[in-house]
Amino acid sequence: MSSEWPLWEVFIRGQHGLNHRHVGSLHAPSAEMAIQNARDVYTRRNEGVSIWVVRSNDIAASAPSDKGPLFEPSNAKVYRHPTFFDIPDDVGHM
Amino acid sequence: MYAQMVTSEGGKARDEMTPEERAFQDRIDRGERIEPKDWMPEGYRKTLIRQIGQHAHSEVVGQLPEGNWITRAPTLERKQILLAKVQDEAGHGLYLYSAAETLGVSRDELTGMLLAGKMKYSSIFNYPTLTWADIGAVGWLVDGAAIMNQVPLQRTSYGPYARAMVRICKEESFHQRQGYSIMMTMARGTPDQKAMAQDALNRFWYPSLMMFGPSDKDSVHSAQSMAWKIKINTNDELRQKFVDQTVPQARFLGLEIPDPGLAWNEEKGGHDFSQPDWSEFYEVLKGNGPCNAERMEARIEAWEDGAWVREGLMAHAEKRAAAHAAE
Amino acid sequence: MPALPETTIPADAVLFETLLRVGDSALILGHRVSEWCGHAPTLEEDIALANVALDLIGQATLWLGLAAEIEGAGRDADALAFRRDAGGFRNLLLAEQPNRDFAVTVMRQFLFDAWHAEMLAGLAVSTDPRVAEIAAKAQKEVAYHLERSETLVIGLGDGTPESHARMQAALTRLWPFTGEPFRGDATDAAAAEAGIAPDPAALEPGWSARVEAVLAEATLTLPDTARFRSGGRSGVHGEALGLLLAEMQFLQRAYPDARW
Repeated sequence: MSSEWPLWEVFIRGQHGLNHRHVGSLHAPSAEMAIQNARDVYTRRNEGVSIWVVRSNDIAASAPSDKGPLFEPSNAKVYRHPTFFDIPDDVGHM
Repeated sequence: MYAQMVTSEGGKARDEMTPEERAFQDRIDRGERIEPKDWMPEGYRKTLIRQIGQHAHSEVVGQLPEGNWITRAPTLERKQILLAKVQDEAGHGLYLYSAAETLGVSRDELTGMLLAGKMKYSSIFNYPTLTWADIGAVGWLVDGAAIMNQVPLQRTSYGPYARAMVRICKEESFHQRQGYSIMMTMARGTPDQKAMAQDALNRFWYPSLMMFGPSDKDSVHSAQSMAWKIKINTNDELRQKFVDQTVPQARFLGLEIPDPGLAWNEEKGGHDFSQPDWSEFYEVLKGNGPCNAERMEARIEAWEDGAWVREGLMAHAEKRAAAHAAE
Repeated sequence: MPALPETTIPADAVLFETLLRVGDSALILGHRVSEWCGHAPTLEEDIALANVALDLIGQATLWLGLAAEIEGAGRDADALAFRRDAGGFRNLLLAEQPNRDFAVTVMRQFLFDAWHAEMLAGLAVSTDPRVAEIAAKAQKEVAYHLERSETLVIGLGDGTPESHARMQAALTRLWPFTGEPFRGDATDAAAAEAGIAPDPAALEPGWSARVEAVLAEATLTLPDTARFRSGGRSGVHGEALGLLLAEMQFLQRAYPDARW
């Protein structure tokens, strides 16, 4: 009988209150064991305070071929960045 | 190295390439990272699976020669350090298998190929660890050689592989130091200890030089891998760098590198040194090294004896999921 | 006829002995678990087992270090670990049982963890602040060991027919060793009296409740054999401990003048 444990993606939130970050993946039979395995595999050096796991198969991802349509249009929206606006120095810090 | 003599597939001249292949090569030349869902030539994918798989297998088999001494480590602190270090190797194997899995091969498939003798692992782990000083020599020389190869691989073109190498390099930084620390203690210890340290260097020197693989300056496989940036330096470059780095470290320990031909060459700004016995290297790769049989037996046993555990836990998880769905 | 003076064990001797008992169990079990390194059923499990071993050996270092300090005879934790013969070891017999298969390893861990957690909770409120401090640190580690060993006992007990049979066999094999942790002697009584350590017998109800609940969920049957095996805490061990020590102590014994 061959029943490979499913693959899980692991997300860890570090000490400093930042977002959970993808750190890698591992195999586990269940979510409960995936969290335990993640604790043992990915926080050996005191890396985290919170763990998320999600089945790799359950992740929906954007297609590389969509890269242009998805991301290039935002290049043109320069007005979303603060440097777009010229404010005289006399106004002070803004 | 941990991945030795990887046969690479592809190797087309630019004018023979399809437009897709040309665009792919251009991305690599611009220093872009290739990600799992991106288009890639089949040769690139296959070569990477072979290389990352071999690298992962080396980490896992590499647990054995050092693990051999965990139960005999001479102090509680040395025992903990060694255990943590060998545990890291398992972690590195895991990270690398994960990187390979993004290329469409499963960890179990890769393991199956290792156990069937269809994939290789580094020749170095087929040498025995006979004394406690060998644990020092393995950390100092073997990890030292590995780091030499792994640091540049952090810039390799395949994203998941590069990210695994970043994590591995960060964790490995203590491995070589722990080995050298054992060597320092032994070299400054009793006459017995110093003799053990010298003996360990004598036995591990040439096998360490073999880790980089035979000269590949004329190899087409290496040329293709370098064009794809899954190999960053030639074997000879890395070996030279390793020798130049290690010679003063040995001198500091008061130990002698077992090579009468070793001499500083002012002109090239590096050491001249003797080549290892490459016929021995090929024998070890063929499976005839001192510990090939034992290493494979240990891995096969772990896999077969563990089958009921993997199946039992999976069966339980499925029962739970079914019960949950029925609620 | 004059009354015989009542024999009392000196306070330091009670503390020393108490520390050896908890420290040696951690050391010997940690050693056993470390034997798995490189041989576990999956990489994830290999890494997890190494973490348990590291925790236990780390705890042993602290307990034995304090024991050596109390003894004041110029020994340190390493001298206690590597230069005592089997008769000087005070670990529970359960801790020294050989790994055999993964089922025995997991079951041994669970039966031990369930006791260890209770024991450390008692030590964490010791009247001796040095004891309480080590116990508080170890408590967190062991809470996780217990969570993990429970998951494995339940998963494998209620897994496939083979995993169930192996877990049941492991339970039957180890069950006779599960009475020893709760059977106190004069030293335990003196330690409990002084508030240094909990009364061993008082730990049993908590242990039993936990073990019975987990084994029931694991669909395993409690053996009806007697839990009679003991001797570890007075230095009377099984043959396996001598072999374990022969391996563990080899370098210190073969090169007594060396520093490592």
